[in-house]
Amino acid sequence: MSDGTITRQELPSPRYEYGGDDWVFVELAEAMSFDANFKAQAITQEIRQNSLEGLIEVAPSNASYLIQFDPDVLHPDELIEELRSLEDEIDVSDYQWEARVFDIPVLYDDPWTRDTLMDFRERHQDPDATDLEYSAELNGFDSVEAFIDHHAGAPHMVTMIGFVPGLPFCFQMVPRDEQIEVPKYEQPRTATPSRAIGFGGAFTAIYPVPGAGGYQLYGRTPVEVLDVDQELSAFEESMVLPNPGDILNFRQIDREEYDEIREAVEDGTYEYNYEQVEFEPQAFFEDPRGYNEQLLEVLD
Amino acid sequence: MRILDGGLVTTVQDTGRYGHYHIGMPPSGAMDQYAHKVGNWLVGNDESDATLEMTYMGADVEFESDTVFAVTGADMEPKLEDEPIPTWTAVRAEAGDTLSFEFATEGVRSYLAVAGGVDIEPVMGSRATYTLIGIGGHEGRSLEAGDELPIGEPSADADAMVGASVDEANRPDYSRTEISVVMGLCDYRLTDDGRERFLDADWNVSDEADRVGYRFEGPDITDMFEEREQPFGAGTDVTNVVDLGYPVGSIQMAGQPIILMRDAVTGGGYVTVGTVVSPDRDALAQCRTHSTVDFNAVDVEDALEIRQDRDARLETVQNSLEDATQ
Repeated sequence: MSDGTITRQELPSPRYEYGGDDWVFVELAEAMSFDANFKAQAITQEIRQNSLEGLIEVAPSNASYLIQFDPDVLHPDELIEELRSLEDEIDVSDYQWEARVFDIPVLYDDPWTRDTLMDFRERHQDPDATDLEYSAELNGFDSVEAFIDHHAGAPHMVTMIGFVPGLPFCFQMVPRDEQIEVPKYEQPRTATPSRAIGFGGAFTAIYPVPGAGGYQLYGRTPVEVLDVDQELSAFEESMVLPNPGDILNFRQIDREEYDEIREAVEDGTYEYNYEQVEFEPQAFFEDPRGYNEQLLEVLD
Repeated sequence: MRILDGGLVTTVQDTGRYGHYHIGMPPSGAMDQYAHKVGNWLVGNDESDATLEMTYMGADVEFESDTVFAVTGADMEPKLEDEPIPTWTAVRAEAGDTLSFEFATEGVRSYLAVAGGVDIEPVMGSRATYTLIGIGGHEGRSLEAGDELPIGEPSADADAMVGASVDEANRPDYSRTEISVVMGLCDYRLTDDGRERFLDADWNVSDEADRVGYRFEGPDITDMFEEREQPFGAGTDVTNVVDLGYPVGSIQMAGQPIILMRDAVTGGGYVTVGTVVSPDRDALAQCRTHSTVDFNAVDVEDALEIRQDRDARLETVQNSLEDATQ
C-alpha cells in the first residue's frame, strides 16, 4: 500500500536518438512517471530560454521530448551535448512553474460516446461491456460510479499536447497504486466524437476534433480545448486551451448542466473557470492529496 | 486567379508553419519542398511564397491578368489554352488564359507557382493549408471550382524570367524508390532479426497515403519486436509505447509501417523505429500508391551529407535562375 506520497522514480540514462538529419528525440524513461515528465518539461523550458541558435521545434512529451533544428546552424551532436549538460544540471524538485488549473465539466457515460463505442464493439477487448464497465472491472472498482468518482476525484496534469492540435494527454495526480491503467482498443476506431474524454495506457485524452482514436471512451465535455477562430475569451492568446504543465480537474455534471454550458460555448459567451498557480513539485510529491485540495481551492 | 476545376486534391502550400509542434500543430507546407522552391524561383518569387500543390490530377485555372507562371514536380502534361507547355520552365500567360492538366504520368504532386505568389492572409506565420482543423490556404480547405485566389505583386524580375528553365540534371527523378532512413528513435524495440527483415522487405505504398502519412503494405510486423513486460502507461500491445512525439518523416509501426508527412499527427502511442532524411521526404511525396519502396539505412553523418548535396543542388539552380535575369 502507498503511504499517500508520490514515490520518486530513479530515471535510467536518457536515450539520445537522431531523427534523420533534423530531429533529436530523447527518451527519459520507457515508463510513465511524474519524474520523467517534469524532467522533460524542465529541460524543454530551459532549452527554449537558452535561445540556442538553430532550434525550430521544442516539444515535451510524457516521458520524452522532441527537438527539430536546422543542421546548417546546429550540428545534432552539438545539440545533444547541450541537452546532456541540462539533464545533469536540472533537479525537478527545485523546479517550479506557473500552471493554470482548469475546471473541465464532463458528462460521463454520455449518449454520443456511448453510441460510438457500441458501433465499434468488435474492435474491443470486451464486446459485451461498455468501455466504462470494462475499465472499472479491470481496475478493481465495484461499480462504474466508483470508477467515475475516482477519475473525477483528483486532478490531472497535462503531460503532453499532441496527436492533433490541442489534444491534451493528462496523468492523474495520485500515487502510482491509485492510478488507472487500461489498454487501448485492439483495433483503433475510425470515429470518435469531438470533445470525447478517452483513456488509454495511463492517460486521459480530450479529443478536440472528430476522428480516429484508440482510447476507451468515458464521457464528453461541453467545453472546447481547441478554438481555431479564437472566439471564446479563454483562447485570446492561443487557439489551444491547456499547455503542458497545466492542471485539469474533471468535474462530473448532469445532462442539464451539459446543455447549459454547451449553449454558452456555442454562443461564444462561456467563461472558463480557471486560475493561475505556482506549481511546486516537491510539495506535491510529499503530500499529493493535501496539495491537490489546495490547488482546487482556487476554482471555488 | 480563378479555379475552374479543383482537380483531385489541390491546396495552397508554402515552406510551412513552425514553432507550434508542442501544441500538436504539424508544419504542413509543400510535400515536395524542392519542387515548390524551384517553382517560386522560376517566377522571381521568394521560396516562401505560396504555390498550389496538386495531387495526381491537376486543377484547371484561369489567369485573371497577364502573368508569369511555372509548373514543377510531377508531370501532369500542363496545357495553356490547350497548347502543351514545358514544365520546370517560366511561361507567360495572358489575362483570360486557361491552364489545364492531365493525370500525372510520373510522380504524384505538381506545383503551380505564379509570379507574386498566392497572396492570402497567413495564419500563424504561414499560408500553408492544414485541412484537419481548417486553417491556412483558402478557407482552410482543398480548392473547388469557383474559388478566387488573390495574387501578390510580382517581383521586378518576373518578366525577365520568361523562358528560363531548370537543367534536366537538376530535375528530380520521380521513378526513384530508394528512401534513406536513419534507424533510431525507439528501434531498440526491434529484434536484430526484425530490424533486418524490416530493412530487407519490399514495402508497397498503400492507398492510404496522403499529407498526414504514408501507410505501407508488406510482411507482418508484430513478430519483429522484442517481447517485454510493458512499462507503466504504455498499453498492452507489443508495439505500444508511452505516448511520445513523432518527428515528421518518422516511421511508426501501427499494424503496418506509417511514415508521417507534413500534416503529421505529432505524437501518439505506437513505437517509432527510424526517420526518413529530409530530402527523401520530398522523394517519398512523389512515390505513387502501389509503388514499391526500398528503405536504405544510413547513419546521421550520411544523412547530413545527403542534405548538403540537396542544398548544393538547390543553390546551383537558384544561381542559374538568378543569372537568367541579368
